[in-house]
Amino acid sequence: MAAGPMRIRAASNGTETEVKILMSHDMETGQRKDASGALIPAHHITEITATHNGRVVLAGQFGPAVSKNPYLQFKFKGGAKGDKVSVSWVDNKGEKRTDEVVVS
Amino acid sequence: MNSQRREALKSGGALGLFGVLVAAGLITPEVAQAAWDKAAFDAKTMDDALKALGAGKPADSKDVQINAPDIAENGAVVPVAVKSTLPGTEFIAILIEKNPSMLAASFTLPEGTAADVSTRVKMGQTSNVFALVKAGGSFYMTTKEIKVTLGGCGG
Repeated sequence: MAAGPMRIRAASNGTETEVKILMSHDMETGQRKDASGALIPAHHITEITATHNGRVVLAGQFGPAVSKNPYLQFKFKGGAKGDKVSVSWVDNKGEKRTDEVVVS
Repeated sequence: MNSQRREALKSGGALGLFGVLVAAGLITPEVAQAAWDKAAFDAKTMDDALKALGAGKPADSKDVQINAPDIAENGAVVPVAVKSTLPGTEFIAILIEKNPSMLAASFTLPEGTAADVSTRVKMGQTSNVFALVKAGGSFYMTTKEIKVTLGGCGG
């Protein structure tokens, strides 16, 4: 299934920037069966990278146990209003998505 | 002689564009996810998971905290936050003991990123949840039991 855009919020309080990300992905575990009893193959995000003005601020790896439409929240030092925070993910089928948001 | 190529074309057709690109050698799944720690994510036991993460025997630490509900009504969406007050925390992993594979997610924190990460995980049943943290070259761990009323792995 095609993945939709991420919803990202990045808010700076002057010293820290808090980033909240909601990805749109099925995160299929590979354990579930469809109506005919056949296993539904695993399809989940494996890697996620967040960058602030091109510098990596978080690198994550996901297994299939991360919930559907994964949520992620973290904070990094620095970041000012108007800066850019970009988030990218790759899944186990090689699909990718990158979205960018301006720090508020 | 060309049977391999035929196989590649056949599977390319079945898999769509991505399959074609893989078959043509433009993208390989291995390259696309070179850094994903498959051994760690496939680990079925705590020992295997810790070994795959290179953690050995982590020390219990009160400086690592799991912020999660005591009882999760819906195992498909269990909010888990991990916070470490250990100086120089550079890595956080969330492991769920009774899931088919223990490791749920791991995070590498560059300098400047707070050791305070929240996400949501699936839990098949009531289980201990471990937060593993690497700080100053050593591994530390803390545990919290989360009771699940409705499992989230069978869908």
